[in-house]
Amino acid sequence: MKKILITLGAISIMGLAPLLATATPQSDLEEYRAYYFKKFPGIQLQDYGNGLYALDKARRFEWEASEEFPPYEEAVEIGEKLFKKYGLKTCFKKGGVGIKQNYPYFDKKTGKVRTLEKDIMACLKKKGIDTKKEKLKYKKGKFAAISAYMAYTSRGNKTNVVIPNDKRALAAYEAGKKFYYAKRGQLNFSCANCHVDSAGLMVRGNLLGPGLGQTTHWPAWRKKWAKKSAKKRGGESKPLDGLGTLQRRYGGCNKQVRAKPLKAQSEGYSNLEYFQTYMNNGIKLNGPAVRQ
Amino acid sequence: MAKSTIRARARLKGGTTTIKALITHPMETGQRKDKKTGKLIPAHFIQEVTCQHKGKTIVLAQWGPAISKNPYLSYQFTGAAAGDTVSISWVDNKGNKDSTSTKIK
Repeated sequence: MKKILITLGAISIMGLAPLLATATPQSDLEEYRAYYFKKFPGIQLQDYGNGLYALDKARRFEWEASEEFPPYEEAVEIGEKLFKKYGLKTCFKKGGVGIKQNYPYFDKKTGKVRTLEKDIMACLKKKGIDTKKEKLKYKKGKFAAISAYMAYTSRGNKTNVVIPNDKRALAAYEAGKKFYYAKRGQLNFSCANCHVDSAGLMVRGNLLGPGLGQTTHWPAWRKKWAKKSAKKRGGESKPLDGLGTLQRRYGGCNKQVRAKPLKAQSEGYSNLEYFQTYMNNGIKLNGPAVRQ
Repeated sequence: MAKSTIRARARLKGGTTTIKALITHPMETGQRKDKKTGKLIPAHFIQEVTCQHKGKTIVLAQWGPAISKNPYLSYQFTGAAAGDTVSISWVDNKGNKDSTSTKIK
């Protein structure tokens, strides 16, 4: 009897194994969303693009008031001027206007994920711009302003990250997914610990935004970054202060859990961005946006 | 057209027009010292703000050094219609001025 039960048990587990092993990006996406829809009933998919403002009324009120004169307005104008100054439109489809929803994408030629920032930098190099002299660095300042302008022109477009039928693309996606759920740092947190498990809860003085929709509004204007930059300068604020790319935030988040951050636009972060943005397919872009 | 230091929005809701304006101006009190040289930074602040609608002055504000940098001003009034123009202008203690106008939405 016992033997029969054991073998039945073994067969049923083995019978289930193929089902468990066939988790696809699409099924991951559905499972990811189902979790949030259950946790926050009543919040619409598109509103997740607004992060913590979808969850908290008081913060939303303050945010909507600040949108009257958004702090990133001038940064977007600067970004547009730089975009034109460097002649970047020839590197991109549609002249670089309204294309951010397709990023990141998997480049079959190189077998790597390409983010918008990577393509902007490649374009600058192609145009022979001395990025060191022009102070164009990945995470902030003038470079982030160019990305912010391109994000602004893509507002309203639905996130559309494609994972082609290519083993390498799937591997990049899986690597990003692994990063998202892996614990790291002295504080031993994963991205999921805060933005999935603890979404809507407070961490120190901040409200944790849900992971769903978190990529739609980048580059972002973070009040913390604006304050920090102004303080370094002795109190005077400048138009690009609060601006930063998604991977700048990845570095910051990693530092906050006392993990060594990766370099911006490294393969690890780019795969993470690939996975994360894919999870938000269908959600409209609304960058740049103000955050804490 | 040169960029204005005043960013203004005018909205009509239920008969009341609300104007919100953000002005870029250092608003130096004259009391601060330059950290490097130790000298006083001379006072440079807006002294008068005028808001007009259909030739009438609706708001006349007399500001001083107590108003902080990049001041935000908001006021409401009745009797305007959508499409009307409102204008806001300022003069500072150095004689500089600027103005802008916007349509009520």
